[in-house]
Amino acid sequence: MNVINEPETTKTIIQPSQGWKIVDLKELIRSRELIFFMTWRDLKVRYKQTVLGVAWAIIQPVMTMVVFSIFFGGLARVPSDGIPYPLFSLAGLLPWQLFENSLRNASRSLVTNRNMITKIYFPRVVLPLSSVLACIVDFFVAVPILIFMMIYYHYSPNIYLLLIPFYILLTIITSLGVALWFSAMDVLYRDIGYIIPFICQLWMYLTPIAYGSGMISNPKLQFIYNLNPMVGVVNGFRSSLLGVYNTVPIQSIVFSSVISILILISGLVYFRRMEKQFADLI
Amino acid sequence: MPQNSVIVSHIGKRYRIGAAPASYRTFRETLIDTFTKPKKRLHGKMTDANSFWALKDISFNVEKGMALGIVGRNGAGKSTLLKILSRVTEPTVGSATISGRVGSLLEVGTGFHPELTGRENIYLNGAILGMKHEEISRKMDEIIAFSEVEEFIDTPVKRYSSGMYLRLAFAVSAHLEPEILVIDEVLAVGDAEFQRKCLGKMSDVADQGRTVLFVSHNMSAILRLTQETIVLEKGKLVMQAPSAEAVDYYLSHGFSQEGFRVWTPDEIPAEAAPFVPVAIRILNDQGNISDTVRSTQPIHIEFEYQLEEAITGLRVGIYLISVRGEFIFTSFDVDDSERFEEFSVRDKGTYISRCTIPADFLNEGRFVLGVNASTFKIKRYFHDEQALVFHVDGTGAPGTQWPEPRTGLIRPRLSWEIEAKN
Repeated sequence: MNVINEPETTKTIIQPSQGWKIVDLKELIRSRELIFFMTWRDLKVRYKQTVLGVAWAIIQPVMTMVVFSIFFGGLARVPSDGIPYPLFSLAGLLPWQLFENSLRNASRSLVTNRNMITKIYFPRVVLPLSSVLACIVDFFVAVPILIFMMIYYHYSPNIYLLLIPFYILLTIITSLGVALWFSAMDVLYRDIGYIIPFICQLWMYLTPIAYGSGMISNPKLQFIYNLNPMVGVVNGFRSSLLGVYNTVPIQSIVFSSVISILILISGLVYFRRMEKQFADLI
Repeated sequence: MPQNSVIVSHIGKRYRIGAAPASYRTFRETLIDTFTKPKKRLHGKMTDANSFWALKDISFNVEKGMALGIVGRNGAGKSTLLKILSRVTEPTVGSATISGRVGSLLEVGTGFHPELTGRENIYLNGAILGMKHEEISRKMDEIIAFSEVEEFIDTPVKRYSSGMYLRLAFAVSAHLEPEILVIDEVLAVGDAEFQRKCLGKMSDVADQGRTVLFVSHNMSAILRLTQETIVLEKGKLVMQAPSAEAVDYYLSHGFSQEGFRVWTPDEIPAEAAPFVPVAIRILNDQGNISDTVRSTQPIHIEFEYQLEEAITGLRVGIYLISVRGEFIFTSFDVDDSERFEEFSVRDKGTYISRCTIPADFLNEGRFVLGVNASTFKIKRYFHDEQALVFHVDGTGAPGTQWPEPRTGLIRPRLSWEIEAKN
């Protein structure tokens, strides 16, 4: 007979939950294998029965780069901070697509997995979280293309390359935070599924992907513009990677971080409050 | 003192009725209220008018290592109770304390992905059910053997037949080995051979000193697998007793005593449409509805139902079942192939299917009548294994000159001959 690994004293108390709690970290750590398997499932399934498979992770940003280069770079002559336009846009598109894909997948994750939610208990936050994690893999698949482009245009990063992991982390935090809001709302209002593509599109134009943030010169407008944490992230990612930085942009980093973390915390709180009703309402 | 592995105290669960919220609310209001009025729930306050208690003041204990049966009619709150105990949903009031890992078989195959192979789904499903990776690897061979899908284990499950799919899904759940196992009607899975295997696995679980909570409509399975049973009626716990006693109570009190049964809309599952069961009646030979009939007279059964749309190939029938859950017979109104031709399509309308159980057939005692409306191998519209209970009085039956109970469910009047050879 097999031995039960769990200690004898695991006691679970079931009662109506009350009060404010951000996230049950202990429980989340206990669910790490589930997070791993859900991430693995997302990855495994995403490109099944596609001819090009994981190549899509590269094709998507590259095609967008081509379109942007033709219309924004070529025809509209959008200023790109002195960087060759294709490289400029790709360096913005990579963190952006990480953000957008995470946001889209994670926001729909609860409704997509509704049969799990109504049948079995597990920390619900595992679903948006693993969706986001799966998108990180796609991001790294596309990175070699960016490196290739940098070599082609003779751009090399400097010491500020070390800031890149930090920008990736901020992207994840922001997308997870927003996705927590959307996914919980999606349980109640399926409108969310229709709203997300518009929000993503709008958000992209409010982020310096296709154009340089230098275009916004009015200081009042600039402040509002910078409320979008992805502005700091995309600018930072591009500048550190392409070696444009000469100093660490402390102010921008702090500002973006504060806003990202606020979004994440508020998302966790909202998610937590709605969580107990998911199984009844979904 | 025996240890309790489940202690439920005063649990209640309130659900909102209907989809329409009491007042129109905008998206924005909902967002704002979430933060400004944390006490206020989604669609405002629940009142008695817009909500109902699916469970009310439920309290019971389950000793460690005991198998507890949960019985009740459709809508009595059995599934809600299991959902609360497996933490899928929260109770509105009350609390429960559970000692040990809970494994739930509320639905097998949760999280299965059609694109993944059988082996991959075992890992995934295991993780969802709370198994460790190492634990799954260790049991992999055992799970595959149990599922009987060895040759296809590296094929995506979307290529599986539904039987293979269910077997694989059940195999993972069956190897979970939790301290507390929660089961809801999984026995409807697969063919008879596989069901036998599942029941065997469940009694193994019970024998290993684990606690089992078992919801079923199958009284013989309840009697076989559980020691104690609770009876739920309209969200309330009406009895907790040794299983034989509780099943007896359920079968005799859970039913109408008048010899007929009328189905109310909340007892008819949505998937029954367009079949609507109306009533089933037992009539004695004088044509009166009665819950007690004489074994020496024919017993008439009437099943009334409506078809909201025409159904092709419909067969409507009855089961006769003993109070211990053994099937005595199954019979359909179109068993006669000529009649089946005649009624190959039944139009929209109200119907009564009548049959007669011949005199001198049943032994005295209590019997359960079930109904089934289905099309062969296509769809089971409606199915109720405990539609009605009736009593058979044995006065005048063969052999009643000796006042002793006769074993057996039937008591036919056979034509005996005695030949003296000398």
